[in-house]
Amino acid sequence: MADPDMTSVAAEPQLRFRDDEPHDEPAVTLDAFLAGQSNATAVRLEAGDDARALIDHLDRIALVEVSFPTFRDGRGYSAASILREAGYHGELRAAGDVLVDQLPLMRRCGFDSFVPEAEIDAATLRRSLDRYDLRYQTAADAAVPVWKRRHG
Amino acid sequence: MYRYDEYDQAIVDARVDEFRDQVARRLSGQLTEDQFKPLRLMNGLYLQLHAYMLRVAVPYGTLDSRQMRMLGHIARTYDRGYGHFTTRQNIQFNWIKLDDTPDILAELATTQMHAIQTSGNCIRNISSDQYAGAAADEVADPRPWAELIRQWSTFHPEFSYLPRKFKIAVIAADEDRAAMRLHDIGIQLVRQDGVLGARIFVGGGMGRTPMIASLIRDFVTADDLMSYLEAALRVYNRYGRRDNIYKARIKILLHEIGADEYRRQVEEEFSLVKQLGIDPPAAELARITAFFAPPAFDADAPDTVDRSDPDFAVWLDQNVAAHKQPGYAIVNISLKPIGGIPGDASADQIDLMADLAERYGFDELRVTHAQNIVLPHVRKADLHAIWQALSGAGLAEANLDLISDIIACPGLDYCALANARSIPVAQKIQARFADRGRQRELGELKLKISGCINACGHHHAGHIGILGVDRKGTENYQLLLGGSGAEDVSLGKITGPGFDEDGVVDAIERVTDRYLAERVEGERFLDTYRRVGFAPFKEAIYG
Amino acid sequence: MKILTGNDLGSGDVIWWTGSTWSRHVEDAADVATDGEAIARAEEGVRRVVGAYVIDAAPTAEGPRPAHIKDRIRALGPTVRPDLTLKPADPNAGSWVI
Repeated sequence: MADPDMTSVAAEPQLRFRDDEPHDEPAVTLDAFLAGQSNATAVRLEAGDDARALIDHLDRIALVEVSFPTFRDGRGYSAASILREAGYHGELRAAGDVLVDQLPLMRRCGFDSFVPEAEIDAATLRRSLDRYDLRYQTAADAAVPVWKRRHG
Repeated sequence: MYRYDEYDQAIVDARVDEFRDQVARRLSGQLTEDQFKPLRLMNGLYLQLHAYMLRVAVPYGTLDSRQMRMLGHIARTYDRGYGHFTTRQNIQFNWIKLDDTPDILAELATTQMHAIQTSGNCIRNISSDQYAGAAADEVADPRPWAELIRQWSTFHPEFSYLPRKFKIAVIAADEDRAAMRLHDIGIQLVRQDGVLGARIFVGGGMGRTPMIASLIRDFVTADDLMSYLEAALRVYNRYGRRDNIYKARIKILLHEIGADEYRRQVEEEFSLVKQLGIDPPAAELARITAFFAPPAFDADAPDTVDRSDPDFAVWLDQNVAAHKQPGYAIVNISLKPIGGIPGDASADQIDLMADLAERYGFDELRVTHAQNIVLPHVRKADLHAIWQALSGAGLAEANLDLISDIIACPGLDYCALANARSIPVAQKIQARFADRGRQRELGELKLKISGCINACGHHHAGHIGILGVDRKGTENYQLLLGGSGAEDVSLGKITGPGFDEDGVVDAIERVTDRYLAERVEGERFLDTYRRVGFAPFKEAIYG
Repeated sequence: MKILTGNDLGSGDVIWWTGSTWSRHVEDAADVATDGEAIARAEEGVRRVVGAYVIDAAPTAEGPRPAHIKDRIRALGPTVRPDLTLKPADPNAGSWVI
């Protein structure tokens, strides 16, 4: 029987936008991580979990997996933004009901790997990611906002 | 008004391409309806009672004659010859084919228009004061701030899957012509020690649980505005309820945790977000503001109007408002002809209004939340010619803010969510009160009708409101009294048991008769209601 | 009787299941008995309809009449624009709705 804290088996992400080696340690729940019961370096956040609880521990985390129970639940976008704003550089994975049309927004919030429940068509994804070169806002990605292009 | 640069245009063009791709995937079966629905909604495409409906954004209600003509062209080419102006200052087309929508969006994009975020659980079109830039009582033109927010909110990566829709209004006068405090966020520009800034109200809204927004921040300067809004939205995105669609608006979050706790959380978030450098420089607001510079008014324009034509004089008194510039006036074009469909305009009428704006009005039009059209800057010397042109097109009804100037949602004649029809009730009320002298005797009386509890017809904010419900399969209408969407904001109170269509018209007449019996000199209906209270009216209605 | 309705995926037109195909006219609607949900799923799967649902209707000499006013308005068109309904020439068409 699986350890109840082991909420996911670290499958090879379908979509990964990082150059480092994939992290293959199973992710533990936020509660388990904070209880210090393990030396885990991979944490899974459920949609309602407070990402800020991880902020004091970011230097020993290599993977944060954020759950999307349905594609309509947008809390994970804030979780990702908060972690990147706090300086987290490890892998940030969106897992669950993740749709191709959402990937560009998720990339902007700092997600760099994805484990969607349903397979994503590669050609559609390519078009989706390449479509917008201009962005109005600053976010966790490297995009230069339009206002900065206008004013230098 | 604002003009796109190459960046704005590229973003809207990319959106057309994206939606073309999404429609193709839906039609080929790569997307299920469940997956496609939020995508089409975020581009304003609904499936309504008879067909698809496309809602096109009119940012802060401002458009030029070329854009207006494009709306007429869409109505004529892709729809059935008309459009419906909405309480969110947008326009809806009722008979759209899914296959046509990518081409429609491509055509709209050629005139710097789009349907971005006109639906969906995201930040919707920013609404504003239809008299912006023309009213004497504003501290500044609110639209540059609205445009700044439009750009920030467009495809905001963090706030595209909010718990529920999110509506923002920006005004800059003490008189509230935009129902600002009935928005998720209402912004009022004010000056403090000479500095322009924003008062931020949060948590207003109508729907099934109407609430008036609370003042959350006294003053936010332009330098901090985006950071502050980002913080306000982030708290909502993280903690707004997602377990119950009817409790998912930000007003419920504020209600549950309290305005003070919400304010505390936003301030805490703001202190973090402010470090991120997300606020555009002052030069960006200055760039946008330059687009809204006053037009080249003629300082010598005559300030008098020949009132010898009595019909024209009535229209002048009712539909023309004072302009800040001597010699100029603000024209309200009523889309509420007696017996018509509130907010509807034919393609020919749309074209005519565009022509008038081009010829007489510095090429500018506004859509109002009361579903009328405004020509904000016209010479007084041209008013008679404008009135004549409008009269010839059925657009000169002199009823602004009178009982026949009814806000009505499309109701069960068009809307898949409605429980009862709104438009026939509006038409019967207009017929009952058709006499112009009678309407004017009643004075300002804002009557608002919604065909369901979602309150698109703003019934909570009507001096007299009507809510259509389904009572065992038949249409039934509840009456509300005492609401206001203006600076004296209040929520209407339900009078008691509902009525059938004719019954509600009779009940309204009993209410207005009582008002005439009770009022003292100078009182509007709402003033009398507030002074004498609910009881006399209840007695008049139910005996 | 139970009848099945929805909208044509591409055009958005209101359509009614005839037993073998879709029609724009409610008069053509067939009684689907208890098969409505299955037909709806199958037809949505092949993208001939969107938003399909089963409703109650009363059989009449002129064909099925939906039980709820909402579906009668769907069947005819907006009551406030007779010119845009399926029966623009029939001045009494609206009374069928109410």
